[in-house]
Amino acid sequence: MSGGVDSAVAAARAAAAGYDVTGVHLALSRNPQTYRSGARGCCTLEDARDARRAADVIGIPFYVWDMAERFHEDVVDDFVAEYAAGRTPNPCLRCNEKIKFAAVLDRALALGFDAVVTGHHARLGADGLLRRSVDLGKDQSYVLAVLTREQLDHSIFPLGDSTKADVRAEAARRDLAVADKPDSHDICFIADGDTRGFLHGKLGATPGDIVDATTGEVVGTHEGAYAYTVGQRRGLDLRRPAADGRPRYVLSITPVTNTVTVGPAEALEVDRVYGERPVWTGGSVPAADVECEVQLRAHGAPVPATVRVEDGRLVASLHRPARGIAAGQAVVAYRPDPAGDVVLGSATIATTERAGAAGSPASGGTH
Amino acid sequence: MPTPIRLFDAAFWTGRRVEDRYRPDRLDAMTYLDHAATTPMLPEALDAYVATARELGNASSLHAPGRYARRRVEESRERIAAALGARPSEVIFTSGGTESDNLAVKGIFWARRAVDPARTRIIASAVEHHAVLDSVEWLVRHEGATVTWLPVDGVGRVEVDALRVALDEYGDEVALATVMWANNEVGTVQPVAELAGLCAGRGVPLHTDAVQAVSQVPVDFAGSGAAALTVTGHKLGGPVGVGALVLGRDVECTPLLHGGGQERDVRSGTLDVPGIVAFATAVEIAVKGRAEYAARVGSIRDALVAGVREAVPGAVLNGDPIDRLPGNAHFSFPGCEGDALLLLLDAQGIACSTGSACSAGVAQPSHVLLAMGADDDRARSSLRFTLGHTSTPGEVDALVAALPAAVERARRAGAVRAARA
Ligand SMILES: Cc1ncc(COP(=O)(O)O)c(C=O)c1O
Repeated sequence: MSGGVDSAVAAARAAAAGYDVTGVHLALSRNPQTYRSGARGCCTLEDARDARRAADVIGIPFYVWDMAERFHEDVVDDFVAEYAAGRTPNPCLRCNEKIKFAAVLDRALALGFDAVVTGHHARLGADGLLRRSVDLGKDQSYVLAVLTREQLDHSIFPLGDSTKADVRAEAARRDLAVADKPDSHDICFIADGDTRGFLHGKLGATPGDIVDATTGEVVGTHEGAYAYTVGQRRGLDLRRPAADGRPRYVLSITPVTNTVTVGPAEALEVDRVYGERPVWTGGSVPAADVECEVQLRAHGAPVPATVRVEDGRLVASLHRPARGIAAGQAVVAYRPDPAGDVVLGSATIATTERAGAAGSPASGGTH
Repeated sequence: MPTPIRLFDAAFWTGRRVEDRYRPDRLDAMTYLDHAATTPMLPEALDAYVATARELGNASSLHAPGRYARRRVEESRERIAAALGARPSEVIFTSGGTESDNLAVKGIFWARRAVDPARTRIIASAVEHHAVLDSVEWLVRHEGATVTWLPVDGVGRVEVDALRVALDEYGDEVALATVMWANNEVGTVQPVAELAGLCAGRGVPLHTDAVQAVSQVPVDFAGSGAAALTVTGHKLGGPVGVGALVLGRDVECTPLLHGGGQERDVRSGTLDVPGIVAFATAVEIAVKGRAEYAARVGSIRDALVAGVREAVPGAVLNGDPIDRLPGNAHFSFPGCEGDALLLLLDAQGIACSTGSACSAGVAQPSHVLLAMGADDDRARSSLRFTLGHTSTPGEVDALVAALPAAVERARRAGAVRAARA
């Protein structure tokens, strides 16, 4: 129970359904003040109090579990290391993979509980399939797709059939004071929302060049390649405009040479995505090519694709090119379904390429 | 919602919703093993509170209602002084243990330093309650104090020689020493008279936090030789939010709270007459009945210790096996995390404590256990059971019955954590 409206209603629904529910708030910082951030984030002392009050109203026991060390190692340090390696991590996904449905679930199972209930917006029905929420705007199946079959077997997501508006209305009906608490959008451990500043504090200044992919010229400098994300256009502060006067985007980040490569929008287009450490939500590896849709970033639009497994990697061939696909994000494969798109599996994006519709050689090379 | 696969027997949880069953006013329906946190009010103290709360009067007022209220306060002061071996003028009413500890540590430090600027050192035991510990550390950070921490041995007993050495080395620069009478976590009783004697020999005032001691072991202020002593209502059957600092007549103490100067000019604030009357009632009864209490509660505690040892063969009793509070039993359960055990026992309607301070509800490894030489794991694996005037042998039976299954689960959770570490 983060102290937000979703987990409060999820707990209330589980309790109402007859489960013997215990509320758990995760302490993710040894020094909660350092993460205090007003309406942002989810781990301030105020949030802990909100969670406790929700548990009171629902009538369930409530405890704070100390996950600060694990969170720091598995999520915060990983976040910094990923950026340092030129990738763009998704810390919420990592937190689900390593904390909520691993450290917390393992402890819960050992203590005799059967499952972890969370307020994620995703459906997990009697068929065991993980589907998008009915509220597509709030759907969180993307950050849950990393969960294994075993983890999902011990998970309950009571909110998947409701819109966020319904959840808020129900919270108000149930007298939960968090009913109109604002949503948190930011990374909870970056108090002011300034990711670049946070990374700068962790990694220090490492000045390097910004290079134009077309001409090979140095067109600017940066204070640390880690501060850039593939597809980024703003904040590049380039000394020289491109010859054609068109905007340039970050195409790739090369930590070894500390170089940020920029180029025109079309050079961002990729149509093949390679993902590492695939997780097959259904439990088994697909034997043949799968026609499906892939989502390549949180809240990104799905793209039709053919997905297959090759040397233990997930390879997605996109039926139309996508732009600004960053390594470190997840590629999640969905099977379109009128009853809610079904998650087939996911993997961490390692590389992407532009194979070309007519089989022409990769233009931008491997990003 | 799907029915999750049941890995373990659901009977442990099903139908046992602690929040549904809990009745705050039905002591007989729960197993309450956390009297050191707070103990129920004695019926006499509660009656005295309610009766006095109906009465009018500010004890500082000059008219008849004021005089009446003042009389109730002064009678209470006399009763407490008599029970604790102090003079009435030495009893300063406060809002409880935390305030008394802050007042003694900071007030005596400031007053002594004002007289002699060289006196900036504090000697304190390593196992003090946070009310003392954090006051000392605040003085270090903000007032230029230095501190000598007195180590304890494996059972939590302060090493008297360490005080002797510290006094020899720093005698002329010591503002005060502070050593609790009995420890709130592991229950070890300290050799206060011996420590006070050493301090007195060097002209150093000794403050002692006797919050856990009064009502459980004989406490005589004058006989102890201490300069100041902390006592609080809610640990001995009085109300919460009222306590006293017993402050020797010749001990200078700078106030923390400024205002009307109600209490010897050392403490200001309109006196809580019903609280004080109830507090005095509880102190009187607790001290008068102490020997009988210690025998009765001590034998239940001994049964608890024996029962826990039999139920959980690996359990380790922490603290002094003999010189300990009669109501205290404190164990380490190897392989378990204390907070997991607490949750599991709580689900069975058994209330106990990990004994250590919480920040945002997160248990830190106890500084007391660490000072006793325990490693982090042993400190985190500990659980405190404390008995009081309402305790019954049936509560021990309930604990002993529930403990093996809880320990088994907590060990499983501990193994999960260890495997990932
Ligand atoms: C040894 C000791 N000192 C001080 C206190 C604080 O007393 P109070 O709760 O009255 O502020 C306690 C109680 O937690 C205690 O056990």
